[in-house]
Amino acid sequence: MSTVQPLEPGSRYDMRVGISPDAPDEDKIKDEEGSFGYCHSYETSSRYDGPGLRLVLFVSGCLLRCTYCHNPDTWHLKDGTYVSADHVLRRLGDFAPALRALGGGLTISGGEPMVQLAFTRRIFAGAKEMGLHTAIQTSGFLGDRADESYLAVIDHVLLDIKSSDPETYRRVTGRDLAPTLRFAERLASLSKPVWVRFTLVPGETDDPENVDGIARFVAPMKNVEWVEVQPFHQMGSFKWKAINLEYKHLDTPAPSQDLVNRVIEQFRAAGCNAR
Amino acid sequence: MKASAALRKEVDTGDCWNGFRPGDWITSINVRDFIVRNVTSYQGNEDFLAGPSERTKEVWAKLQPYFADERKKGVLAVDAASPSTLLAHKPGYIDRDNEIIVGLQTDQPFKRAIFPFGGLRMVEAGLKAAGIAADPAVHETFTKYRKSHNDGVFDAYTPEIMSARRSGIITGLPDAYGRGRIIGDYRRVALYGVDRLLEVKREERAQIDDMWPTDEIIRQREELSEQMRALEDLASMAKLYDHDISKPAANAQEAFQWTYFAYLGAIKEANGAAMSIGRISSFLDIDGLLDEARAQELWDQLVQKLRIVRFLRTPDYDALFSGDPYWATECVGGMDLDGRALVTKSSYRMLHTLYNLGPAPEPNITVLWSNHLPAPFKRYCVKVSKDTSSLQYENDDLMRPFWGDDYAIACCVSAMRLGKQMQFFGARVNLAKALLYALNGGRDEVSGDQIAPQTLPVSGEFLDFEEVMAKFDTTMEWLARTYVHAMNCIHYMHDKYFYERLEMALHDRDILRTMAFGIAGLSVVADSLSAMKYGKIRVMRDQTGLIVDYQNVGNTSTPQFGNNDDRVDLIAAGLVTSFMEKIRKHPTYRNAIHTQSVLTITSNVVYGKATGNTPDGRRKGEPFGPGANPMHGRDNHGWLASCLSVAKLPYKDSLDGISYTVSIAPQKAHLSEAQLVDEAVKAFDAYFERGGFHMNLNVIEKETLEDAMKNPDKYPQLTIRVSGYAVNFVRLTPEQQRDVISRTFHGQI
Repeated sequence: MSTVQPLEPGSRYDMRVGISPDAPDEDKIKDEEGSFGYCHSYETSSRYDGPGLRLVLFVSGCLLRCTYCHNPDTWHLKDGTYVSADHVLRRLGDFAPALRALGGGLTISGGEPMVQLAFTRRIFAGAKEMGLHTAIQTSGFLGDRADESYLAVIDHVLLDIKSSDPETYRRVTGRDLAPTLRFAERLASLSKPVWVRFTLVPGETDDPENVDGIARFVAPMKNVEWVEVQPFHQMGSFKWKAINLEYKHLDTPAPSQDLVNRVIEQFRAAGCNAR
Repeated sequence: MKASAALRKEVDTGDCWNGFRPGDWITSINVRDFIVRNVTSYQGNEDFLAGPSERTKEVWAKLQPYFADERKKGVLAVDAASPSTLLAHKPGYIDRDNEIIVGLQTDQPFKRAIFPFGGLRMVEAGLKAAGIAADPAVHETFTKYRKSHNDGVFDAYTPEIMSARRSGIITGLPDAYGRGRIIGDYRRVALYGVDRLLEVKREERAQIDDMWPTDEIIRQREELSEQMRALEDLASMAKLYDHDISKPAANAQEAFQWTYFAYLGAIKEANGAAMSIGRISSFLDIDGLLDEARAQELWDQLVQKLRIVRFLRTPDYDALFSGDPYWATECVGGMDLDGRALVTKSSYRMLHTLYNLGPAPEPNITVLWSNHLPAPFKRYCVKVSKDTSSLQYENDDLMRPFWGDDYAIACCVSAMRLGKQMQFFGARVNLAKALLYALNGGRDEVSGDQIAPQTLPVSGEFLDFEEVMAKFDTTMEWLARTYVHAMNCIHYMHDKYFYERLEMALHDRDILRTMAFGIAGLSVVADSLSAMKYGKIRVMRDQTGLIVDYQNVGNTSTPQFGNNDDRVDLIAAGLVTSFMEKIRKHPTYRNAIHTQSVLTITSNVVYGKATGNTPDGRRKGEPFGPGANPMHGRDNHGWLASCLSVAKLPYKDSLDGISYTVSIAPQKAHLSEAQLVDEAVKAFDAYFERGGFHMNLNVIEKETLEDAMKNPDKYPQLTIRVSGYAVNFVRLTPEQQRDVISRTFHGQI
């Protein structure tokens, strides 16, 4: 059994490996209780991960293996710190008055929050009790797991759609595209506010066809407030090296401003609010 | 005691006061009353502002070669032969045809004066560093015939104080130079004229003629006589510049000029570390009297003068207070007691000088932030910060209940009622070193010398939190006592040998005195104690048994200050209260009220250099966090967490201020520039509402600073806030530049 610890010091950018060696594999976790979970780090002052000022909790565990992932140390539960949900909520409570004053709230990111469904549900529910706005950042791959009670404690979804083409999606993430699209449609039918996020990786996801496909899929959805184009960057490459993983994008440049503009324009042309 | 009829009698001021709403200020010296009755609170935005005039640009152009030369050579010129007084130097000009505000410290711009009354050693060390020969006549006078403040203090110091000073546990004491942190109410000269001020001083003096001559009464009589002489000399100084300041200023130009003359007089008489100008922009509120271009011109030219104040300092002094600061601190904003914002168009004009003349560290513009300030003004301040990194913010809602609505900031963070209060400045003690003394039985961790009284060092292999706290408490008791003792000696002698006769002439006779103590290294100590409490700290000793290093062998990392974690934040807050309580136990010179600051200026680097390894993992020689800042890089969960930690430090036990510097590197965000400004305003409101005292804000990228280190000529005006003040980045030492760059940079606020 892993040792229960307080949330780690250190920033979201620091690497964490092998902190909880006894943790289950991320595809075999059973956390019906959700009293405990595995976390990577947290950040209290993000203006990027939802409306207002966000406290972002980065939880561990993800089933995707995106080739450009900038936090490969969040893939495995065993790399995270084993913490109690009560502890997380106590820490959140320390910030709640300020977050409310600043029109912000809690965002759970990862990793993939839905890997630890009960744990994250507990935290979202606690945040709602504090009167905080809640958001989840997810790939949607595990969207089928999100039952009604889960979605009830989430105000806002940041949904990563990495590709519209099943082939590309599999090449980039190692997984199927369909669950993500299914989840997006479900959110649309529930009118849940969504920001779709698309990571623009030169040579990997920048094909105009690929972009158009996502744009056509998203454009009719009235719940999608924004499509956000996120330019690829190299800030995570040191982690690939440190963990001894083969990193495909060692030489991939950040997209040029022209390329970013082209993609944003493609989304706009299809009728999306893009930025 | 005689009645004080003369203080209140009607005065004939001709038509100088026509058009102003009358009040108590007519019959007594009461600038605050004048302001609240006559201020025009401005609720609009910055659209009315004007650019620099041709004359302003001409004067500014004349000064540029001096600035450039100074960056290369340092001190440009010194008058080594004439100890500075109100009348020691002939009038000086920059560009007579274009200067609408006149007056220089000496007869030429950038020529520094000497102040041997503070201490001859300091003067001669300063001259030596500047490569200028000392004057034999001055040397003879101040060794044979005239004693200095510095000589006096060392006559009264004890061996214990001397060794505490030498070891660096108490540093930066004003025992060899002017203490500063006194703000004359310079506005009085413009509002009343020197004749009226003299008359009131005569009356104040007459009132105590009947009193039995105790030490204090004799001292007051002598001081009042000195004050009157200073006022007469001030009038003579103004005459040298062809101004008669005996009557109240009759127009805006005169009001600016006379206020400046009063300030100029102060910096000719005293070389205090900090020489604030006060709170003039709600006073010199000339709405409707002049066209905008002319009004801005007065501000621009006054600020030009405030940017070229220079004092001769020594290399040691520069290490503590680097970048040649003099803290011509000016406060803008704040609310009055009736709930009206003291924001005037002149508040905007003062800020606008940062565009008309470019960014600069001086005057040290301090925004007195209240959540009730008009929204457009808040937005403008944030915009100015973003563009210039030249502003600091202090919490008016926190200070107003203590100091009323006519206080100003001396130096960085020290509030005082104008004309009614002064402080005895006391630099600071190194609290981290004190902790190490507690562990080592009073021995210095670097030299091994016995500095504090000998006590039993901690024994055993691991540090026990409770045991260390008990020992630390004893060490702090000793330190507080030694510190108050030293301060009493210093200020006794400063009053005796280097009395600020003009600044005090611009105060009431009966004032509130505070004695301002300070601590450095708060976050290091808090993190160290937290490490002992929540981790397991093994000590390492050298062959003499001195503990020289520490290792956390516990399996969890320990809470660190700056992450809004009560486990350690309350340790920090408790230390502030605990040291204050110990200071309060010891009586002060002239019954001054004890106060405390958590402020380091740039001495966090010097203190760190002189301090060994600490139990928090900080290595020997590594700088402390400045002021109340968390240690560099440890507040790594965003600015909100960092701010909330610092906001927990109790102002009531730190009434001399709590300095907190925040550096923001603009980051990706979805918001437009206008939205970001609005969000920043909300963030300020939230921080100050939660009791935050100070926000010394930089908006800059690390890369810019790195480039400026390599190419200083590209960044002549690059300004950065350090700890309660701002500096020209390129004028810092490389060591200090590296310290600034190594500080935590937060993302978008």
